Amino acid sequence: MSPERRGCGGRALSSNGADPLLAVDDLVVAYPIARGLAGAVLRRPEQRVLAVDGVSFSVDRGELVALVGESGCGKTTTAQAVLRLVEAMSGRVSFDGRDITELSNRALRPLRRNMQIIYQDPYESLDPRMTVRDAVEEPMLIHGLGGSREARRELVLEAVARVELTPPDLFLERYPHELSGGQRQRVAIAASLVLEPDLLVADEPVSMLDVSVRAGVLNLLDRLRQDGLGILMITHDLSTAARYADRIAVMYLGRIVEVGPASEIVENPQHPYTKALLSVVPRRDPRDRKRPQVLTGEAPDATRIPSGCRFHPRCPVAIEECRAHDPELLRPRNAVSPDHRAACILA
Amino acid sequence: MSALLETEDLQVWFDLPRGGTLHAVQGISLGLERGERLGLVGESGCGKTTTALALMGLLPASATVSGRVLLNGIDILRGAEETMRPHRWVDLSMVFQGAMNAFNPVKTVGSQIVEVLELHHRAAGRAARVRTGELLAAVGIPDDRAGRYPHEFSGGMRQRAAIAMALACNPSVLIADEPTTALDVMVQAQILELLDALCRDFGLALLLVTHDLPIVAQLCDRAAVMYAGELVEHGSVDTLFHAPRHPYTRLLFAATPDLHGDGLPASIPGAPPRLDRQNEGCPFRPRCDRAFARCVDERPLLRTVAPEHGAACHLNDVAAEVAH
Repeated sequence: MSPERRGCGGRALSSNGADPLLAVDDLVVAYPIARGLAGAVLRRPEQRVLAVDGVSFSVDRGELVALVGESGCGKTTTAQAVLRLVEAMSGRVSFDGRDITELSNRALRPLRRNMQIIYQDPYESLDPRMTVRDAVEEPMLIHGLGGSREARRELVLEAVARVELTPPDLFLERYPHELSGGQRQRVAIAASLVLEPDLLVADEPVSMLDVSVRAGVLNLLDRLRQDGLGILMITHDLSTAARYADRIAVMYLGRIVEVGPASEIVENPQHPYTKALLSVVPRRDPRDRKRPQVLTGEAPDATRIPSGCRFHPRCPVAIEECRAHDPELLRPRNAVSPDHRAACILA
Repeated sequence: MSALLETEDLQVWFDLPRGGTLHAVQGISLGLERGERLGLVGESGCGKTTTALALMGLLPASATVSGRVLLNGIDILRGAEETMRPHRWVDLSMVFQGAMNAFNPVKTVGSQIVEVLELHHRAAGRAARVRTGELLAAVGIPDDRAGRYPHEFSGGMRQRAAIAMALACNPSVLIADEPTTALDVMVQAQILELLDALCRDFGLALLLVTHDLPIVAQLCDRAAVMYAGELVEHGSVDTLFHAPRHPYTRLLFAATPDLHGDGLPASIPGAPPRLDRQNEGCPFRPRCDRAFARCVDERPLLRTVAPEHGAACHLNDVAAEVAH
């Protein structure tokens, strides 16, 4: 194997030499499978499902990285482990150069304000009895930030203006039920921004919103990214990832199977899974109709991970070797970008 | 020449629990030919699902319906339930949003399809079971799965089974309301391929109700765009994308991200008007980037702007091109 094809070897990639904002290194997250009453009585060994199985990536300041894949691929679990909302079995998560994997909850608390998350459903993530002002102010109260009451009010107003709810004072006394979905998601973003985080995890931030307002929320995230915020976006929508992400990481059954600059992943995919995934994305222009490469076979199931390359049972180009050989993330032969990696022996 | 299914000035009002009415569908006229695939698109609350339910005669008691629904030229709306019932599930069938989660969990999938066949006197006993196997096979489910329970099916398989059930009585029109929402892209592609094949192979006419423009662009021949209860534009999907004559259609496409290309999509500012009060002028005016004086108090009517292409926008009168 030629030296330039040597991959990142489990190390997180950073686009510049310095420490990335977020570095995830060989992350493994396992969930126990319920044994059931009979299993417990008979003391059957506890079984685990590897939801995330050796994932490495990084997010820089001012960078939006999209984790994409089908449901059950481990993208949301990865995001939760990054925030230590679920505990990793092994691997390392570094934030701003500091390993946070082993930090106690107490030691983690001051860091929490630097890493915020917004969820898919803005209808559920806001307390219906809280006004916009209260919802945006609450995080500051929890973290003991913002100084005096007047200073906090000023910060709330600033955050609400920053998420483009204009005029801000008109929105402050409103309740969630008086807001549209897009406005609610903006309030959720404002409640994160008052803490001045460095990293924002956005888990399917627009999938519940109407098409006409999705772009508004995404363009807001894009402007925050330009201001230096690092964003990890979880999405199943490749069109959104293609337009908004700097880099895309494609996950399949707990692994990143391909990662690289967004334009390169979309225009020059090298992993057969990425190729299939891109081929089934419906295009806006009716003239771009193409026959999609629909994958058949069993849907991926993390309780039964295939041997060798875990994609081989569904892979249209798999060869005998794929059954036994678990491919590493390496630079594909036809890569254009130096940061392009794919886990396929044929790539 | 009459279309297979046609609506004429279809209107729906809902009585609101606190008094007042909501004018959900405000005069929809559209036609569907045999084997044709028509997309009914728009934002949530635009009346697309209500229109579909009105075609099926499945609106709740709080709804008032007027206009005509013509099936092979005969008005089936006129006699209300009496004239609707013989056609529901038989000529017109529907897959509801979330239908895949609507199976009875304690009955096998096959038995629930057998039930539909027996209820409509299509087949009974062994014949019904054979027909169920055929229906499942037609949607790509091995017929030996008929004896399985819904929880043993994946989401995509349950959606296929829901489509099989809707096809039980061999309808000529299938209405599918957001049939792929909540499904993964790969499964979505499988369902879209299935719908495509059903239209091609069996001459089924499809009314696809969705907010997802790319799905319509890929699967449908024509599309009808609804806004605030009205039909604002209809035409071939190619025309609507490449030469829209209503700003809403153009902006809706511009708000939709695409895999390839440059630049970011742009949202449409503002929100649709409330439908529980009378609105003056063009309902889209507050959000429109091309509105002018006339849009304020004169409501634009849906007019033919080219063969097979209609739009409800004053710009088409002043011969101003709605630039793409």
